[in-house]
Amino acid sequence: MFPRLTTTAALLLAGLTVPAFAEPDPKDWEAVLQEARGQTVYWNAWGGDPRTNDYIAWAGEQVQAQFGVTLEHVKLSDTATAVSTVISEKAAGQTEGGSIDLIWINGANFAAMKENDLLFGPWAEDIPNWALLDPQENPALIEDFTVPVEGLEAPWSMARLVFYYDSARVAEPPKTMLEFLDWTQANPGRFTYPQPPDFLGTTFLKQALLELAVRRDPLYAPVEDRVYDEVTKPLWEYIEALTPDLWRQGQAYPQNGPAQRQLMADSEIDIAISFSPGEASAAIANFELPDTVRSMVLEGGTIGNASFLAIPFNANAKAGAMVVANYLMSVEAQLHKQDAEVMGTPTVLAMHKLTPEDAARFADLDLGIATLSPADLGPALPEPHPSWMERIASDWEARFGVAQ
Amino acid sequence: MLPFAPRLTIMILLLPVGAGLAGVLAPAFGWFPALGGVTLSLDPWRALLAWPGLSSAVWLSIVTGLGATLISLILTVMICAAWQGTRAFTMIERALSPLLSVPHAAAAFGLAFLIAPSGWISRAFSPWATGWTQAPDILITQDPNGFALMAGLVVKEVLFLLLMTLAALGQVPARRSVLMAQTMGYGRMAGWVLTVFPRIYPQIRLPVYAVLAYSCSVIDVALILGPTRPSTLAVQVLQWLSDPDLTLRFQAAAGSVLQLVLVLGLLLVWRGGEQATARLGCACVRRGHRMAADGGMRALSMVFALLAVLAVGLGILGLAVWSFAGFWSFPNLLPDQFTLRNWMRQSGGISKIALETAVIGSVATVLSLALVIACLEAEHRHGLRQSNRALWLLYLPLIVPQATFLIGLQTLAISTGLTGMRAAVIAAHVIFVLPYVFLSLADPWRAWDTRQGLVAASLGAGANRILWRVRLPMLLRPVLVAAAVGFAVSVGQYLPTLLIGMGRINTLTTEAVALSSGGDRRLIGVYALSQTVMPFIGFALALGLPALIWRNRRGVDRG
Amino acid sequence: MKDGLQLEHLRITLGGRSLVDLHESVSPGEVLSVMGPSGSGKSTLLSVMIGQPDPGFTVTGKILLDGRDLTGLGPKARQIGLLFQDDLLFPHLSVGENLAFALPPSIKGRSARQARIEMALEAADLTGFASRDPATLSGGQRSRVALMRCLLSAPRALLLDEPFSRLDADLRRQMREFVFARVQAEGIPAILVTHDVEDALAAGGKVISPLGEIRQAARPA
Repeated sequence: MFPRLTTTAALLLAGLTVPAFAEPDPKDWEAVLQEARGQTVYWNAWGGDPRTNDYIAWAGEQVQAQFGVTLEHVKLSDTATAVSTVISEKAAGQTEGGSIDLIWINGANFAAMKENDLLFGPWAEDIPNWALLDPQENPALIEDFTVPVEGLEAPWSMARLVFYYDSARVAEPPKTMLEFLDWTQANPGRFTYPQPPDFLGTTFLKQALLELAVRRDPLYAPVEDRVYDEVTKPLWEYIEALTPDLWRQGQAYPQNGPAQRQLMADSEIDIAISFSPGEASAAIANFELPDTVRSMVLEGGTIGNASFLAIPFNANAKAGAMVVANYLMSVEAQLHKQDAEVMGTPTVLAMHKLTPEDAARFADLDLGIATLSPADLGPALPEPHPSWMERIASDWEARFGVAQ
Repeated sequence: MLPFAPRLTIMILLLPVGAGLAGVLAPAFGWFPALGGVTLSLDPWRALLAWPGLSSAVWLSIVTGLGATLISLILTVMICAAWQGTRAFTMIERALSPLLSVPHAAAAFGLAFLIAPSGWISRAFSPWATGWTQAPDILITQDPNGFALMAGLVVKEVLFLLLMTLAALGQVPARRSVLMAQTMGYGRMAGWVLTVFPRIYPQIRLPVYAVLAYSCSVIDVALILGPTRPSTLAVQVLQWLSDPDLTLRFQAAAGSVLQLVLVLGLLLVWRGGEQATARLGCACVRRGHRMAADGGMRALSMVFALLAVLAVGLGILGLAVWSFAGFWSFPNLLPDQFTLRNWMRQSGGISKIALETAVIGSVATVLSLALVIACLEAEHRHGLRQSNRALWLLYLPLIVPQATFLIGLQTLAISTGLTGMRAAVIAAHVIFVLPYVFLSLADPWRAWDTRQGLVAASLGAGANRILWRVRLPMLLRPVLVAAAVGFAVSVGQYLPTLLIGMGRINTLTTEAVALSSGGDRRLIGVYALSQTVMPFIGFALALGLPALIWRNRRGVDRG
Repeated sequence: MKDGLQLEHLRITLGGRSLVDLHESVSPGEVLSVMGPSGSGKSTLLSVMIGQPDPGFTVTGKILLDGRDLTGLGPKARQIGLLFQDDLLFPHLSVGENLAFALPPSIKGRSARQARIEMALEAADLTGFASRDPATLSGGQRSRVALMRCLLSAPRALLLDEPFSRLDADLRRQMREFVFARVQAEGIPAILVTHDVEDALAAGGKVISPLGEIRQAARPA
């Protein structure tokens, strides 16, 4: 009796799990489109920016109309929540039918998910619109904070570290990290950066590190104890010198970019940091900043990276997720996103891979009053290895973040 | 069935809490197979102890927890002692429920906008009095001592404790006692503190404990007003949980357990404080000091009451103005331009989400109410005093920090395949709604004159007929108030909705928190107002319906 | 089988101390007064009689009502009417609804039930009070409504727990007359528990202590 029961159970189990092995194959795009039709894709993406939310809602209408895919935006206050969810699902043994189909992710969160085998793929380099990118020209598309992407995520937007300042209060904004120190000492209490480990604050530290470090090459490999102190010494000296003249004398920090933007609107600070070249224009249009705000970058370039879309290993609607990702990389979606009235963020597409008509449409876009043109943005510095980010953030915390 | 109601209810609450605790204890000792933790070890604790900010964060949690609770209780006592039975007190009473409808986070945002160097108060005096044309660089919110955080907690908790004290006052001949003491020459406040408070305190003890546990482990208010170098332990734990470095999750689990230990420790300290205070009070009575000159103290307590009311009231008003604001520069007292755009943009989404919030809140409240009434009725009919002693366990969800067990609970929910479903979210809400419903309803329910039931029985009515025709109608007001409190609690739930709903179930609160991470005060204003309106409707119904239904019945408690 | 109320060797003890020890018979229309100072076991006797003894008390003996053993029955099944010092009218029901609450369901038909209520109000000299809020009545009026409500439920015995102690002297006399007259008219046995000698004597029946000591023999009818 027992053997028969076991066999029945095994058959049942096998019958139930067989579909799980039939993963959609992006090389057979027609089949993917077919499977995606009627699927609901739960896209977990940060929900703190109404303009991004509106853009996602718009994209949802498009994929519904064009591909029959229903897109649901799961609004997160923190991407790590989605990572937690996938971990919890793995912990609970849920290897299929997971609750997340698509995550807006990059950097350390990606590195962590990749390392823990929490991602589906490779798929990104096999979807049709990948042909519109040029990774040679823009290596940030295949190296996420130096971690090889290997087709596990698809880029959908570019980000660049920029500063914005109120031109009514600041005539000559500083152009280098050392000028920043001088400016801050001359204008105490009028500058601050979001408190690490917030990614914007950490990016500011990384920017300073890149500019002040004697040697940059160790930053593009995992941190080694033997060089860490030497490489970061100029950074900590710099921050030591900067801190007493920061907003609130460095006793308190804004917790994230939006909080910093509010300080700018309240005239508590004069210069702020952003990771989105279009943020200042968008905020002016949204009444969040005075129309005297302008953007600027540092001489010698600022850190740039890409925002990616990844599919968890246990996603329920992988085909639908790929269709959405592919659509977001399309000319239509990228154009809409770069419109200053929509999001105003730079495209991931390579202009020379587009038809001349499409390229002209990008060139004709109105970027907004406070947005720098791609030429004015200057060169993008690649992100250091994520281990540097974690190490610097925790070191900053020990030195400046625990009031000792 | 009914005799099992208390045990069933305790199980409904204890199972998730227990499962959640197990789900956090295991990783605290290194066990989390999904992240490669397959051996038990003390490494998470070593990592926790090695964190340089630990002692400051723990100290901060202790100080804000104890401080906020102590100040809230003292203010509550002062206000009641000085003004109970006066017109002024009635006015405070009236202001209570609308102010209680303001969610903690909204109140904190509002307060932050009032007191910041670039806030409303500063704007009101700039530049004509202060000369400021740009905001001064003064550390007010996020101060390292946590004063702003304590203030944010106190303004809300005073209102909550006042509500609970008012309920308890209904069962004590307070005015006669104070009058008696006054005829013996005691001051009004001394009379209240020495004769009424000892009888009130046992009834508000559990709410006080809940305030203590909440203040020590609060997250949203601490994020808005609290210090950040470091923040409180609870906030730090949440930050570790949301760190991309997944190994920090072990440390976070250890931190959660430490948070629980901290709360339990504070409760013990508080208990000790209760006994010391009681001895002090007795000594005071033996010495017979009359403390008759309390005019100054009375005035001071009115100032404090007004401050709490104004802090919440003006704060929410500030957010309301923000929700209609275009650009609003410093030091202008009102926005540079007004616009409806903030509301228009959200209007489509908000009505759908408001409906979801209402459905979840109503069902969770009705379920909780049914269970609570079943428990109380079982106690009444079957004399289940004995097993009902275990009912203090109902308050466990209020005392165990949410973040401690919800992550573990999420894992459990996923393994049963229940996540992302509205029903699961409602069930998770019941865990937190039920204790508050019990807290609000138990005393009035038990205080009901059981001779009424006896009379009804002698007139031939069965137990069910007595319940439906006599007891429930007579207790309509407390039942509805308990429901309104429960509904408000449900509307305010963030972590349970997010973690059990897997982000697929959106309520006004999850939406508000997601949007507030974008820091736009206009949107925060829109959602804070919507979040306030919903519980407010609940309170309005709870207070209005009995007055309407029993308008011709002077003998019924109708508020 | 015997009509009326019998207390057969009813003993209530607490921790070995006897609180109540009665062997009495109350005939229909008769009032037995149990008199004693507070703490003498009067209220214990009441709670045992209505079937809700406090835990910790030991009860032996039997209570028979019209020959039926009441042991083990709850308050609803005992058919004993109760009258407390407080009238305990249901505050959320009108005077008429209070009376209707007591009227047994065996009386069917809206007009029939209405008629019984009107009769009861008339008997209490409260004609036209059916729709009034009980809270608007005077103390004496409320007491009369309470008694009528009790009688409308057709009890087979009546327990009076200090029913007059809240009333002032004039009202008290009137109310005593009203209650005892109704008891006689209805022909049901009643037990009056009181600490007041006048109340006990006015009842006209035997007056005893909770331990059965006779204070006053019954007045010959």
